[in-house]
Amino acid sequence: MNRFAELLDRLVLTPSRNGKLTLLTDYFRSVEDPDRGLAVAAITGDLKIAAVKPAMLRMLVTERMDPVLFGYSYDYVGDLAETVSLVWPQTPGKIPNREPTLGEVVAKLQAASRSDGPKVLAGLLDSAGISARFAIIKLVTGGLRIGVSARLAKRALADLGEVDVAEIEELWHGLSPPYTALFAWLEGKADKPRNTAMALFRPVMLSNPVGDGDLEKLDPVDYAAEWKWDGIRVQAVAEGGIRRLYSRTGDDVSGAFPDLADAMHFSAALDGELLVGDPRQATGTFSDLQQRLNRKTVTPKMQQQYPAFMRCYDLLQIGAEDLRALPFRERRGRLEAFVKTLDPSRFDLSPFVAFTDWQALEDLRRLPPHPIIEGVMLKRWDSPYVAGRPKGPWFKWKRDPHTVDAVLMYAQRGHGKRSSFYSDYTFGVWSGTEGEEELVPVGKAYFGFTDEELKQIDKYVRDNTVERFGPVRSVRADRDNGLVLEVAFEGLNRSTRHKSGVAMRFPRISRLRWDKPANEADRIETLQALLDR
Amino acid sequence: MRASDLLHPRPEGLYCPPGDFFIDPVRPVNRALITHGHSDHARSGHRSVLATQQTLDIMGLRYGEDFAGIRQAARLGETIVLGGVSVSFHPAGHVLGSAQISVEHQGTRIVASGDYKRQKDATCAPFEPIRCDVFITEATFGLPVFRHPPDTEEIARLLKSAAQFPERSHLVGAYALGKAQRVMRLLRDAGYDRPLYIHGALARLSDYYQSQGIDLGTLEPATVEGGRQDFAGAIVVGPPAAFADRWARRFPDPISCFASGWMRIRQRAKQGGVELPLIISDHADWDELTATIKETGAEEVWVTHGREEALVRWCELEGIAARPLHLVGYEDEGD
Repeated sequence: MNRFAELLDRLVLTPSRNGKLTLLTDYFRSVEDPDRGLAVAAITGDLKIAAVKPAMLRMLVTERMDPVLFGYSYDYVGDLAETVSLVWPQTPGKIPNREPTLGEVVAKLQAASRSDGPKVLAGLLDSAGISARFAIIKLVTGGLRIGVSARLAKRALADLGEVDVAEIEELWHGLSPPYTALFAWLEGKADKPRNTAMALFRPVMLSNPVGDGDLEKLDPVDYAAEWKWDGIRVQAVAEGGIRRLYSRTGDDVSGAFPDLADAMHFSAALDGELLVGDPRQATGTFSDLQQRLNRKTVTPKMQQQYPAFMRCYDLLQIGAEDLRALPFRERRGRLEAFVKTLDPSRFDLSPFVAFTDWQALEDLRRLPPHPIIEGVMLKRWDSPYVAGRPKGPWFKWKRDPHTVDAVLMYAQRGHGKRSSFYSDYTFGVWSGTEGEEELVPVGKAYFGFTDEELKQIDKYVRDNTVERFGPVRSVRADRDNGLVLEVAFEGLNRSTRHKSGVAMRFPRISRLRWDKPANEADRIETLQALLDR
Repeated sequence: MRASDLLHPRPEGLYCPPGDFFIDPVRPVNRALITHGHSDHARSGHRSVLATQQTLDIMGLRYGEDFAGIRQAARLGETIVLGGVSVSFHPAGHVLGSAQISVEHQGTRIVASGDYKRQKDATCAPFEPIRCDVFITEATFGLPVFRHPPDTEEIARLLKSAAQFPERSHLVGAYALGKAQRVMRLLRDAGYDRPLYIHGALARLSDYYQSQGIDLGTLEPATVEGGRQDFAGAIVVGPPAAFADRWARRFPDPISCFASGWMRIRQRAKQGGVELPLIISDHADWDELTATIKETGAEEVWVTHGREEALVRWCELEGIAARPLHLVGYEDEGD
């Protein structure tokens, strides 16, 4: 348990992706089965343990210590799991010679009935030290929140076995904790596990952005063009009565879109974009789509108001036939015929964009016919469907980003290489009536500038600090003073969380406008106008 | 006599009327008794200072030899009579030279702990519990959440990380007096024998520790000019503030570590951008505070700088009279 607890503690404080990968692979190497597999399951959310409610946890601890002292402690720390792990009274007689392993903890928690769950938890907390107690509480209260995605955990597994992460993703849904066979294969001690489960994920094919000079080398005749829809890339797989919707990284998202999953009356694997609306009438905007994202439960009303549908790009499997090796032209023909057999309110075909030369396509790309289109896709007619991001067969050619001139308001110190630099910037635009203008924050960005520019901004921040809050500095920013940043972003969402009412998607600093006076930066109305398009 | 007639707070600090002296005054006074060399307890400009020889030496290093008109060294355990009040110094285990001060008059004994800890520390003499009527305890970590782990475990985590990330340097933030030297000594005791790189602010105090027989091994300045250009794999020790500063840019992809009791709280580490928190403290944790109060046998406890309320509450539950003693000018955050 201690090694798992230590891993959690390190991961949560390690900002760099590579650092996290090193910590994970080292853990996998040094920890035996089944603990390491259970740790993976805990991180990917595949570990099933009956949850303990915070109120129960609080009751357990206040039965064991003065509630007033607990109150002072909780007020100070602010996090219930952490407070309980720290203040839990240690009875010298009760501490066993060794702390329980992760495997033992999970086994006890999974075996516990609803009624004796709290007692089992208390017994485990008695037997563990502070870090282990914290990890145990995190396991039972659900959600580790350590900044490691399932995707990153799979990446670490791939690194461990020096295999392609697509292989792990393809296997994943056929495996279950503690993944003993997977580790045996990754360590070269056994053959690759065979998948016998139904409706598995197939690693998706991704595209490269069109770079400078790329198109000149390509013949338009070799490529088909489609709109690039800005929804959620999904894979719909139905087989043997099992229906699953996967995200592009292989996470099962069926639960969030039951309306679409229920319409999958077929035996096939489809690649496409999840959008909302009725495809026969109108496609919803990104704001509409947002209503359906990151929800644990979906009400019938929500499903009715914002119905999910799939705009189909590709057909990977039909019945027992794997189509992935066929050229795109052939797969597309099969797809067109197949989509006709599906519920037209839930599935439609991604239309081609007709063009003769690159210039004509460029004009279309700049002015797409719908706000949820973010550019065009180019697909080679002869390309097979391959996992990953091969260079050449598929390109994405995005609409140019939006830009806004904003004023730097706060700067925060970075991490790792940037820990001595103020490298994360919160910027705002003007709002309020003339003479009463004030800056309202509209976003935060921490890249887009060169190392040289970073040094310049850092110096500016240090020279113009008006207030400091821990690692954050508030920077002088008023009508007469301030650094104007040109910020590029992909789109704008409504936000109830931000004072400005807007949230930027993918913001980055595109230019430093040392030349521009702060009072000439944009106003909030400029952004609001973008919202309603 | 009432204990509060023997010692009570004044704006300058804790004052003893019959002896006419202050303990750790924060403003210049006629006669000051100093528990240890941290700057919020030991200030310059008093007319006369009574402290352990090591504390006097440390004050001299920090403020220059003329930091006080008269400097008198107190030997540990030896009684000195000031205006009829018997005063004695006893080891506090906080930093090199640190002492508790016992003040006794007409049968009443008060012990002012200064800052103290009970964990073993190879860089200073261990705390000695002194029986007393009133014990004045610090409360920097006076909440049940503060439980310091064994320092050897923390150092083991640092060494493990150094082995895991050999291409990066580990920057350990540690206060210049006491903590820095303790961390270095712990590294040596754990078998780490490569040179340690130190920030300039640590040099004189570390030299002084070495001159007092505390072996810290080879220390090299963490400078770029003429020194080692590449700090990959190095462990660098410096004052915490330096790592947020431009000074830190000379190190390759550094992992910021901070040796402090505050690192027990994850949010503290997170807010400070600390990647590897090391829970190493020179102050007593909750269990040490409560055990020490019991050991002194004090019938009354005065609680100062820190989180007084929880410790006062604990004393009430234990049937010990307790009250917060509001002294101004001490950093209750320092560790």
